[in-house]
Amino acid sequence: MATRTRSLRAIRRRKGAEPGAVVESASAPQSEQAPVDISPGDPLLAYLESAGGPVDLDSLELESPAKEELRSAGVQVVVPLVSQGELIGLLNLGPRLSEQEYSADDRKLLDTLAGQAAPAVRVAQLVREQEAEARERERVEQELKVATLIQQQFLPRELPDLPAWHIAAFYRPAREVGGDFYDFIELPEGKLGIVVGDVTDKGVPAALVMAMTQSLLGAEAPRLVSPSEVMERVNDLLVADMPPKMFVTCLYAVLDPSSGKLQYANAGHNVPYVATDDAVVEFRATGMPLGLLPGMKYEEKEGVLGPGDTILLHSDGLAEAHNGDREMFGFPRLMKHMEHRSTGEAVIDDLLKELDAFTGRDWEQEDDITLVTLQRSRHAPLFAEVLGARSSASSSQDGSPEKDRTLAEFEVASRPGNERTAMARITEAVEELDIPSARLERLKTAVAEATMNAIEHGNNNQADIPVGISAVVEGNDLVIRVTDQGGEKALAEVEQPDLEAKLAGEQKARGWGLFLIKNMVDEMNVDSDATLHTIELKFHLKGDGHGS
Amino acid sequence: MEARDLATDVRRQGDAAIVHLSGELNSSAEGPLNDAYDEITDVSTVILNFGDVQYINSTGIAVIVGVLGRARREGKSIVACGLMDHYKEIFQITRLADFMNIYPDEASAVAGMPAAS
Repeated sequence: MATRTRSLRAIRRRKGAEPGAVVESASAPQSEQAPVDISPGDPLLAYLESAGGPVDLDSLELESPAKEELRSAGVQVVVPLVSQGELIGLLNLGPRLSEQEYSADDRKLLDTLAGQAAPAVRVAQLVREQEAEARERERVEQELKVATLIQQQFLPRELPDLPAWHIAAFYRPAREVGGDFYDFIELPEGKLGIVVGDVTDKGVPAALVMAMTQSLLGAEAPRLVSPSEVMERVNDLLVADMPPKMFVTCLYAVLDPSSGKLQYANAGHNVPYVATDDAVVEFRATGMPLGLLPGMKYEEKEGVLGPGDTILLHSDGLAEAHNGDREMFGFPRLMKHMEHRSTGEAVIDDLLKELDAFTGRDWEQEDDITLVTLQRSRHAPLFAEVLGARSSASSSQDGSPEKDRTLAEFEVASRPGNERTAMARITEAVEELDIPSARLERLKTAVAEATMNAIEHGNNNQADIPVGISAVVEGNDLVIRVTDQGGEKALAEVEQPDLEAKLAGEQKARGWGLFLIKNMVDEMNVDSDATLHTIELKFHLKGDGHGS
Repeated sequence: MEARDLATDVRRQGDAAIVHLSGELNSSAEGPLNDAYDEITDVSTVILNFGDVQYINSTGIAVIVGVLGRARREGKSIVACGLMDHYKEIFQITRLADFMNIYPDEASAVAGMPAAS
């Protein structure tokens, strides 16, 4: 602006004219003199737009507050700057210093000057607007980066690894990052906390509230466990620090992986869907969003995820996506999809495919999309995971400095005779331990009997259900674990069979397996949960090292 | 691993019958062993020769218990020979050894038989 004012002055000086003229931009008033505000509705503006040349204010008959104000500021002549029919500024002139009237020549010169100045001013205005826009864009981009960064910091880096469960998660931020979040929280007794939430608002403020909420949940969940209590506590803590007009919808569930029991509370978040073999059910619980009002109570419900069941937790981004016809993807469509769900990670993949087909190619995602699925496996848990998790858990409990050494880890199908395979593989795996032959024979019998027991009694000879077997050196022990899926069956106490009764035909001849195992090993332990049943066989190895 | 069914060979030796067993002694041995036992009618002692048995499991133990029970009800005695040390131990643990004499080999089993009356 300064440059332009200087050039106008220079022109006037060359002509011997008066200083003190100001350029007044209609859109952004700025001058060395006190600017005069002209209200957009003032009739003077309409008049000047079509005046077609300099206007003498003293002789102008017009009811206009702006005219009076300009006159009292000492303005005598106003030259409208018009570009493409639009009034973009005014050139205001006071009385000539010579105290003479503006001549016809003066007016002509001013008119010419205005005609040339107007496009230049317009260009300058546009440049300035664009610069401001660019700065704003940069600021928004920067804010997006910060928001994304915060968001990424708080998303879980890896998914929990639960035997017999398949957990999948998907998070895709909208361009203007929303406040979605999800998390998994390790809880006492092997339970797992699952969080899916959404902060109203977008950008950095939402990201910060998200971070705060997630930190509070992470801190309170292991301490309180009960979902409703966790929600109540987090709500009260959030209310104090929540920015106005913001709140958090959130679903918090606690899974007991061994039984499939799911306790949950819902603070106004989308209702999770559970797909069973027969139907899709909603896991509803009532509660206000977090951070609105103190002292809120949250309903706590409990459900069970049976073998083969899948639960879907989801944020608004999917169900509220619109297609080109402004039709919404909608919850019914989502529910219907769950009815025809497939297995594995495919639930999420298939949902996204369906969303793509629905919205079409050019869709710009409206809101963050967060999807979390937990699927309980129908049959086989991944034994390697179970056994691995158990052996590492036991070593950390012992606090033993010696690292466990896994010699073998495999599965056999539940077919009669496969105990021989198990026996052979274990024999091969423990060869390096140089176990004396008598003890090795006992070990072989124990492994074969434990495997037979698992095949027949644990898995009922169902070939598609595997028996998991591992051999691990743990300190001075060789530990062999044989796992089947007969977890719910109680195991009878191991007693000395009554041979006399059996010989007399009063009892059936069978029933020697567990008794034999117990007498073959140094220690036998049985570990059972709702699904899995593990017989643990321990053999003390001689010496202090790894039994060599 | 292919399970090998139990094969039996029955021979008479004086007042005894010798049942030579080869293969695996598991639940599938129930038929062969009982069939072999059925062949033996007028003897007081049955010698089970385990010399060619490499594997006995708990269901095999049950099969032996079944045959031993039959023999006891019929007033016959059963003796075992040729058992691997490991299975000898198992016969002791299961107390089968309390109800059948165990000899290292067939010769000592035959020699150890009570004299024919």
